[in-house]
Amino acid sequence: MKENSKTKWLWTAAIGVTLVLLPFVLEKGFSTYYLYLFIKAMVWALYAVSFNLVLGYGGMMSFGHAAFFGIGAYACAILLVKTSCPLLLAFVAGPFVAALAGAIIGFLCVRIRGLFYFAVITLSFAQLVYILVFKWRTLTYGDDGIQGIPVPDFISTTDTYIPFYFFSLIILLFCLYLLWKIVRSPFGLMLRSLRESPERAAFVGLRTDNYRLIAFVLSAFFSGVAGVLFALMETSIAPNILFWSMSGEVILMGLLGGMNLFLGPALGAVIMVLLNSFITSYTEYWGMFLGITLILIVLFFPKGVGGLMVEQFQKWRSSSHGHP
Amino acid sequence: MDFDLPMLFIQFVSGLSRAMVLFLMASGLTIVFGVMRVINFAHGAFYMLGAYLAFTLTNLLGGAVGFWAALLIVPTLISLLGAAVELVLLRRIYEKEHLLQILLTYSLIFVFNDAVKLLWGGEMRIVTLPEILKGFVTFFGHRFPVYYLFIIGVGIAVALLLWLVLKRTRFGMLIRASAEHREMVDLLGYNVGALFSMVFIMATWLGGLAGAVIAPTVRLSLGMDMEIIIECFIVVIVGGLGSIWGALLGALIAGQIYAFGILVLPQFAMAFLFALAAVIILFRPYGLLGKGVQARV
Repeated sequence: MKENSKTKWLWTAAIGVTLVLLPFVLEKGFSTYYLYLFIKAMVWALYAVSFNLVLGYGGMMSFGHAAFFGIGAYACAILLVKTSCPLLLAFVAGPFVAALAGAIIGFLCVRIRGLFYFAVITLSFAQLVYILVFKWRTLTYGDDGIQGIPVPDFISTTDTYIPFYFFSLIILLFCLYLLWKIVRSPFGLMLRSLRESPERAAFVGLRTDNYRLIAFVLSAFFSGVAGVLFALMETSIAPNILFWSMSGEVILMGLLGGMNLFLGPALGAVIMVLLNSFITSYTEYWGMFLGITLILIVLFFPKGVGGLMVEQFQKWRSSSHGHP
Repeated sequence: MDFDLPMLFIQFVSGLSRAMVLFLMASGLTIVFGVMRVINFAHGAFYMLGAYLAFTLTNLLGGAVGFWAALLIVPTLISLLGAAVELVLLRRIYEKEHLLQILLTYSLIFVFNDAVKLLWGGEMRIVTLPEILKGFVTFFGHRFPVYYLFIIGVGIAVALLLWLVLKRTRFGMLIRASAEHREMVDLLGYNVGALFSMVFIMATWLGGLAGAVIAPTVRLSLGMDMEIIIECFIVVIVGGLGSIWGALLGALIAGQIYAFGILVLPQFAMAFLFALAAVIILFRPYGLLGKGVQARV
């Protein structure tokens, strides 16, 4: 037991040191682009893990999560560009506006039991938000997007990404910690019981729709945080972050990494961001590559890369214990 | 803007022609669901591919001949592709959970979009009509394209054909039986695998036809698959998933709502459709003519 906690501490320390040293190694040793890529992977990881609260834990197939990512990003960007509101306020506003949108859309959706109906309705709402942002030029600048979002100096990315890296790392870790607590709480357990058998959960006396709605709103909130980070990192946003393919990619990240693991979607996000940058440097047919990869995963490894790794690890462990 | 009666009538005709294209699409979607219990998210991709193929064939053969040939050949080519997709991919996932089925057909959208980009490039394409369909009909001082009438004609013909197939053929009987009680059809010894293939071929044929028919009226572009598929989902939700006549009814309603919605709020006509779908899901979750399959999908 003591041995176990010791190795655990060693691991934590090793990961901590790596995370602190990584940006310096990446930016000084390779190029700023790699660090940018890594931060992008972190933002997507947060988006994917918060999305998984709805799909993986809640069993609700939202096809419209780009709406919350995008609303978070736009709310923060509009506040920063159009008003002189401080960063802290704009940052906090993003997720709350996203959560509000999540509450409205979720209220209409959570009572829908069927996967397909849920997917279509969330997709419809997300397209509605997309059209709205696209056409409401006075507020959102339409398809020109919002350029030159003013970012305070301490996280400015014009010269170096290192401060922004630590800024997003802290936020990412904090959000992941909260999400982990949520998933492990009695609430998280009930959510999973709902996914497994809604009827039984209802018989036990759970107010199923309320739990689903809370999960939906929480997920929208954290997707909004990811959106805000994205806006601050890119300093410009366009309606394409609300497009259906943005909702699609996050589902596919979960599928790729494994939806049954807490960090599975994060792994999927990292793989996808790296693959995307690698593939798009050779060809513009990223979608083809992505689609075929995902078809293969659905057909042959439905538990995702993360699920596969866990399986192999357990096999290795049992075999090494079996033959001392 | 003032509304006079002839103008409203023209809006009605345009809504009707839109409804017919939606019906061509939604009927395929709903038959596949009714028999196979698979929601084909890639159905719009077959439609897009059909439209681009029609563009190529029309230009290849030239003029009026090209257009009519495309109308005949494109659906067949698309249904061959559909057969391949069914045999190679869909066949492996009928027994798996719905989530994986939806994800598989969803992944196909990415593949098809890039295939179109690879073959035709990203720029917009325009298909020209033969002389006979090019003109306008004048109605009390307002004009609308003859082609609207042609689309409506195709829609009515297909609806009649579908009705005949469903009511009068053994194949149609099996489709209806499967939609009601698939296990029983299986137990009675019918080859369900072959039935599924046939149904998917029929559905993609309809999708290809819809693409070929719509091609001259729009600028072909990547992403046109997603536009139509969302509308089709709304149509089948309104009509009732699995019901062909529900798809027809849903298409007629959606077409009119769009046509008149565009008069009221030109840029947000789609919003009315989303609102319609929301109302239906909340108050009549299995659609106007559906049979309560919603709980399972």
